[in-house]
Amino acid sequence: MNTADQYLKAIYLAQRIEEGPASTGTLADLLEVSPASVNEMIGKLEDRDLVEHEKYKGASLTDEGLERAHNALQTYCIIERFLANVLEVEEFRDEARALESVIDDTVAERLDTIIDRPSECPDCFDPERDYCERLEAGADGCVK
Amino acid sequence: MSLGQRVSNDHQLARLLQIGVVLEEVVESRAAHHLDSLPPSEQAALDEEVRELLEEAAAESADHRERLEALIDDLDAETVPYEEINALVDARYGPPEDTDGVLYDQLANEETAYKFYDDLIDAIEASEGEFAVDRDRLLETLYEIRAEEREGAEEVTELMEHST
Repeated sequence: MNTADQYLKAIYLAQRIEEGPASTGTLADLLEVSPASVNEMIGKLEDRDLVEHEKYKGASLTDEGLERAHNALQTYCIIERFLANVLEVEEFRDEARALESVIDDTVAERLDTIIDRPSECPDCFDPERDYCERLEAGADGCVK
Repeated sequence: MSLGQRVSNDHQLARLLQIGVVLEEVVESRAAHHLDSLPPSEQAALDEEVRELLEEAAAESADHRERLEALIDDLDAETVPYEEINALVDARYGPPEDTDGVLYDQLANEETAYKFYDDLIDAIEASEGEFAVDRDRLLETLYEIRAEEREGAEEVTELMEHST
């Protein structure tokens, strides 16, 4: 997943957490980068019509940005689910975060052929807990 | 979240190589499933070529898997047995409608594997970290596998052009 898609996914999740535009601070926390880096990237995404930014309020996804963010989150869900259910990784959330930049969506699609994913994916992703609420493995990696 | 493609430690490298093994297992298993699913009505000369291609693809994936497993051994990690992945493929496998469908799926297999190794190589090259496995040996193995995946994709494409 490339950096732009990681940002779009973070904006989507931040918008869900904040129930409104995503603030720079929340995005910086989610992405573990500086607020200055967030602002720079938001500007680039705005130039590409993927994001709208309102001063003092934050960033919101355009329709096109929302579609890409949805796909990016779906890819992320596949990685988490694959790590938890196939490789049985306990720390699947931390590892998914570490690996997402190296796993392309085409690769995730292939991995998707061996995992069971709810049809409503990625709407069942819980942004607060950072994993799918329908994932059989809980936050500690244990099967519920 | 980790921005930018980089492999920073042995654990992460082992995990990515494990994913590579699973991808190879998926390719091997799907190729075997496709072989069984080729429709009897299309047992023409072309099918013989497709059959050969799938057999070669399965054998090549098994070889790639062994080479990756040797690297993973040096990192003190384990891999998911083929039988487990084969069972997962089996559970969700739907045979393509015809021989063209089989070839499209095989092309997706080869292209996906190529993309995976390409990204992995980039991420390793972007990292200055030391690994428990010799860096030159690691990259050499991945370069070779990537080249074979590219050849594999070319072979499928040629066969697809043949069949149209």
